[in-house]
Amino acid sequence: MILAQMPSLLLSVDVPAVLAAVLSACVCALLGNFLLLRKMAMLGDAISHAILPGIVISFLLLGTRSTPAMLAGAAAAGVLTAVIVEVVRRLGRVEAGAAIGVVFSAMFALGVVLMERAARNVDLDADCVLYGALESIRWGAATSWASLGSAETWLAMPRQVTTLLVLGLVSAAAVVVFFKHLRLACFDSAMADALGFPSWIIHTGLTVLVAAATVASFEAVGSILVVSMLVCPPAAARHLTDRLSRQVVLSVIIAGVCAVSGYVLAIVGPEWVGFGHSLQAAGMIAVMGGVVLLACIVCGPRHGLIARRIRQRQLARTVAREDLLGALWRIEEGRAGEPAARPPVGAAGRSARREAIRAGEIESTVGGVRLTALGRERAREIIRAHRQWETYLVDELGHRPDHVHRTAEALEHVRTPGGERLAPDQPRSRDPHDREIP
Amino acid sequence: MATTAPHRPEHRADSPLSVHDVTVTYHRRPVLWDIDYDAPAGALVAIVGPNGAGKSTLIKAALGLVPVATGEVRIFGKPGMANRSLVGYVPQRESVDWDFPISALEVVAMGRYRRLGWLRPVGRADLDAARECMARVGIADLADRQIGQLSGGQQQRVFIARALAQEARLYLMDEPFAGVDASTERAIVDVLRDLRAGGRTVICVHHDLQTVPEYFDHVLLLNTRVIAAGPVSGPGAVFTPANLHKTYGGRLTLLERAAEALARAGGGVAVGPDAARVVDGATVIGGAGVEDRPHRSPGA
Repeated sequence: MILAQMPSLLLSVDVPAVLAAVLSACVCALLGNFLLLRKMAMLGDAISHAILPGIVISFLLLGTRSTPAMLAGAAAAGVLTAVIVEVVRRLGRVEAGAAIGVVFSAMFALGVVLMERAARNVDLDADCVLYGALESIRWGAATSWASLGSAETWLAMPRQVTTLLVLGLVSAAAVVVFFKHLRLACFDSAMADALGFPSWIIHTGLTVLVAAATVASFEAVGSILVVSMLVCPPAAARHLTDRLSRQVVLSVIIAGVCAVSGYVLAIVGPEWVGFGHSLQAAGMIAVMGGVVLLACIVCGPRHGLIARRIRQRQLARTVAREDLLGALWRIEEGRAGEPAARPPVGAAGRSARREAIRAGEIESTVGGVRLTALGRERAREIIRAHRQWETYLVDELGHRPDHVHRTAEALEHVRTPGGERLAPDQPRSRDPHDREIP
Repeated sequence: MATTAPHRPEHRADSPLSVHDVTVTYHRRPVLWDIDYDAPAGALVAIVGPNGAGKSTLIKAALGLVPVATGEVRIFGKPGMANRSLVGYVPQRESVDWDFPISALEVVAMGRYRRLGWLRPVGRADLDAARECMARVGIADLADRQIGQLSGGQQQRVFIARALAQEARLYLMDEPFAGVDASTERAIVDVLRDLRAGGRTVICVHHDLQTVPEYFDHVLLLNTRVIAAGPVSGPGAVFTPANLHKTYGGRLTLLERAAEALARAGGGVAVGPDAARVVDGATVIGGAGVEDRPHRSPGA
């Protein structure tokens, strides 16, 4: 309703809110890639909570809620958190995750206590830290489409948006310029040190940026969204590519999509389905992050569950078809009725038979099926691999002859990455069961 | 004790790696104790010793990756990090996450980062150089593979190629032959011999005693301290059963027992050559194991 009827509300409320959400999500996703690769994704969580005492203390010391003062206090608290986590990990000899958990809960609690006791009568609110106040951002100067033409309107952009914009530009510049060092330090920090790029400097720089992104974001979107956007878009992008540069770009795009779609779903969606009131936008964006991550885990091209399942199905079908050919070969050898000469049965057996007929490997006869010339050649290859493996297992690995059939039954299907069948060449012409190696 | 003397008569100024009286501790426990070693120039050197002997630590100390408690490392005669650009490094294969989203070529190109500095990006010339290094270890066709798709031996070759891309004069390699297939092992040996022919020095942590005489000229037998160092064979050979027995011998030496005692004793105990001297004195006098003595006051 807002969108259609009241352009002034769209411009002064929705546009700045979406801008803040998109900028915040993109900055967090951009930096989150490197935390994720260092297996320190929880550090973002820690920093986003632990900046609270930094903000309160800087407010108490300086008596101002101005952005630079809060940024400084929060950034200091963020770096301090990273340092304390490292100290607790080393001195307490606990793993990194536990150290992070201890530090950030203690810091956040300290912040809450400080806020309740010392800053009660000011407008600092713990709920706001968690969920933000996206809906309360106002772009008062943007009253109509026409007002966008004047520079004054743009200069009067809400403070939250301009802060995030500046931080986004700084972060993007830092990532572009120092990309190779960030990648090096995340991949192999010892090598970074050995090459003369101290990894602690790179990691500290990253931590400072994360702290700054967190504090710039938290007023607008809250720490729940920060944590979600630090982790979900990079993790989702990781499922889509095997190159860090592409992963970083994809994660930023995903974050932007999450922010826009989450906002629309939270504010506009409930109206469409007849819900009386809109939902919490920051929360909805965080939910979208989770949804996208889930979708990428399920549908990713190489590592996704569906892709893996398809590959498994294809392998199972190939195995069933090859087993069918092998069984027919053994029947032709005059061993019908033996377990090894029994074709695969059930649904797998039927589909194997269909596919083998389609491939011209077998043909139907009155009594059932038999190998074609092509099928016989392929069956020979399979039986040969099977018996070579049996010979190898007995002669070279010392397995008992009556124990090797099952193992060879699996190994006969193994192929090299190039697609060739892998089998050990054997000088003997007969296998351990005294059958000919064809 | 002075560690800043410009010239040490007992150490050769031209040695690629000169380790003087180095002690390294981990959680107060010495893992390297009073190490003195001069690597010969233009040789292939194996560092050999049991697990926990400090082999990797010695390499890391030489690279400045772990702090030394006392002593000094010189590289081509210069202390500290002044000559670090002359050193190429091959870390243990397990030290990194092979699921990392990066291609083999991008890893090898890391060897060029030092000459690029902080601001210059990786250029075409760097990638060409990296490809050439990959060809030298026989993996030119794997340049665009994600590193997780490589076999263990191919991953090791990526690390060797990255070290080659550093164009160093001294190479420090941590178990380059660990868990690799036979063809990779041959490829690495060929590269090592190439490097030696080019006057480079290569120091490898090595775990396969059988291949030491075939692959290496010099050996450093290490077990927390230097047991012996010198040529593998020929006159003055140190790769002898007696020395190996000393290196791998089953019984704890008094020094190791002292190290454990120091680790347990906690703070306030000076660890280093001076402490070692005290321990030595105690053993001369009493002959009893240091660890048998109480280290905390009874009431504590």
